[in-house]
Amino acid sequence: MSIVVKNLSKQFGSFKALDNVSLEAQSGALLALLGPSGSGKTTLLRIIAGLESADQGQVMYADEDVTQQSPKDRQVGFVFQHYALFRHMTVYENVAFGMRVRKKSNAEIKSRVNELLHLVRLEGLNQRYPSQLSGGQRQRVALARALAVQPRILLLDEPFGALDAKVRQELRQWLRQLHDEIHLTTVFVTHDQEEAFEVADRVVVMRSGHIEQSGTPQEVFDHPATPFVMDFLGNVNVFHGRVENGMAMMGALNIAYPEYPHAESRQATAYVRPHELDIERIPFGASSLEVRVLQLNPAGSVAKVRVFSEQFGVALNVDLNLERYAELRLHPGDLVYVAARRVRVFMPGTQDYEI
Amino acid sequence: MASHRVLPGFRLSLSYAIAYLSVLVLIPLAACLTKASSLTTSQFVAAVWSAQARSAYLVTFGSSAVAGVIDTVLGLLLAWVFVRYDFPFKRLLDSLIDLPFALPTAVAGLVYSSLYSQNGWLGQFLVPAGIKLAYSQAAIVFVLVFIGLPFVVRTVQPVLESIDADIEEAAACLGANRWQTFTRILLPSLYPALTTGFALTFARAIGEYGSVVFVSANIPFETQIAPHLIVQKLEDFKYAEASAVAVVLLVASFAMLIVINALERRSEAANSSAN
Repeated sequence: MSIVVKNLSKQFGSFKALDNVSLEAQSGALLALLGPSGSGKTTLLRIIAGLESADQGQVMYADEDVTQQSPKDRQVGFVFQHYALFRHMTVYENVAFGMRVRKKSNAEIKSRVNELLHLVRLEGLNQRYPSQLSGGQRQRVALARALAVQPRILLLDEPFGALDAKVRQELRQWLRQLHDEIHLTTVFVTHDQEEAFEVADRVVVMRSGHIEQSGTPQEVFDHPATPFVMDFLGNVNVFHGRVENGMAMMGALNIAYPEYPHAESRQATAYVRPHELDIERIPFGASSLEVRVLQLNPAGSVAKVRVFSEQFGVALNVDLNLERYAELRLHPGDLVYVAARRVRVFMPGTQDYEI
Repeated sequence: MASHRVLPGFRLSLSYAIAYLSVLVLIPLAACLTKASSLTTSQFVAAVWSAQARSAYLVTFGSSAVAGVIDTVLGLLLAWVFVRYDFPFKRLLDSLIDLPFALPTAVAGLVYSSLYSQNGWLGQFLVPAGIKLAYSQAAIVFVLVFIGLPFVVRTVQPVLESIDADIEEAAACLGANRWQTFTRILLPSLYPALTTGFALTFARAIGEYGSVVFVSANIPFETQIAPHLIVQKLEDFKYAEASAVAVVLLVASFAMLIVINALERRSEAANSSAN
């Protein structure tokens, strides 16, 4: 079942949590709402679930307008960040709760609960209490409980936020697999871009109450629409300079920028990701930047090199692959040259983004 | 024996605590038991199990239990209002709940009896209508409710505060209506606190004397409570018999305390299992 959100606005006192947000999640999609805290992503999710009411706008499940329906009637599965399990009930009773209040027969409840506990791989734990489970197990009980009422859509609010890194990683992959098995339209909220990219089909990046960009993970990562998205999706190096005549000039770094062919010079900012920078021992061409090596950290899948540019007065992060790193034999204090393979230039005025 | 404690002064503080406890509790209790043991078995039974004594126990335990039940319901309601809603003068009202802790209970008894007696402000309307809220068993229950209310409110309030809103939201998403959410989710989480609150109120009511003597007419077989029976025996210089009745109350109170302790431990265990 698809979810359509039309022109939603929501205000808490003087704080605009959502400002005219529209969104569509296609039937069977797995969509991530990604953004920093205060961006409105949780509010949006809660309005979709009916836990919060919008000041303006519409929420539709397929063709049905559910804007005025209470959460009880919407038949949604909702998973809370802190699980919200009923602590006086066993795992079995937690999962059965939604069917008990719907007055299903005991036999039906039993077979459905067992089926779900099998699905979330918690067979044998049905007589445990939530306090006797680990965080990851609790979250899977919460998920089984949400699925027990055969929801039309599944909504998850920072589902792995309270778990430690390793369990989080496992559950992410597991959630993706589960989604591929049951094909339920799913929306989940996260502030972790890695999580969003790994799990979701589509990523919606939010910022202060509106949608900054939406698209597939690949689209969003490779073509960030705004400096905010660029910055939010991971470590970036920022250069301030100007653009004119199809060139972006960032100090000693000159980069072709055909998007701006005009003669009039304008202020611009360039963003380069650490893995898009190269290091050479000798200057190459007219567009390399002299820097001094500050720190080296080769422990990991890439070698992280931190260098300092006197000209800009900023430290830059460069990621090198390990072969290249071994070749260069860098030492702290070395003078080297940095060039960018790829640069994204944003001109202020066309966007409302400030550094 | 070598001591490995981090903080010094364990022996000193333990001896101090025991000495203190002895002066205040253990020695008076022992004296009470000794005095009662000067009776023979048949004398003891005669003193504690006379028709008048049995009726006094019934009044004491019966009205305490009824007051405990009323307090549990009222206390839950008040705690709910204080935790869930905001209204003007909330903090003032909240602190007024503790008034029975501080007020001499005799004052409460006096005020109640003067208000609800036949000549009182309210009694002049209520008594002709057949509602006797002074000098009756209802009157005893009435003051005991007043005395015991804060115990329930103060045990339920923190537990209610600790229940997160997302628990109720989860229930709503699963299709439960408000009533189902209350009876199946909230109330079960409150049971331990409610039982503890009831037990505390009940125990407190058994020992209450000051307020009850003013509102009950202390008529034997009708409104005489067990503590008043003790006073009556003392006035007749029957010290040993008075001690014997005291021993019965003591045993009952002690049993109550054990129950309260067990319930509190269970309540703590339930609360510590929060996520």
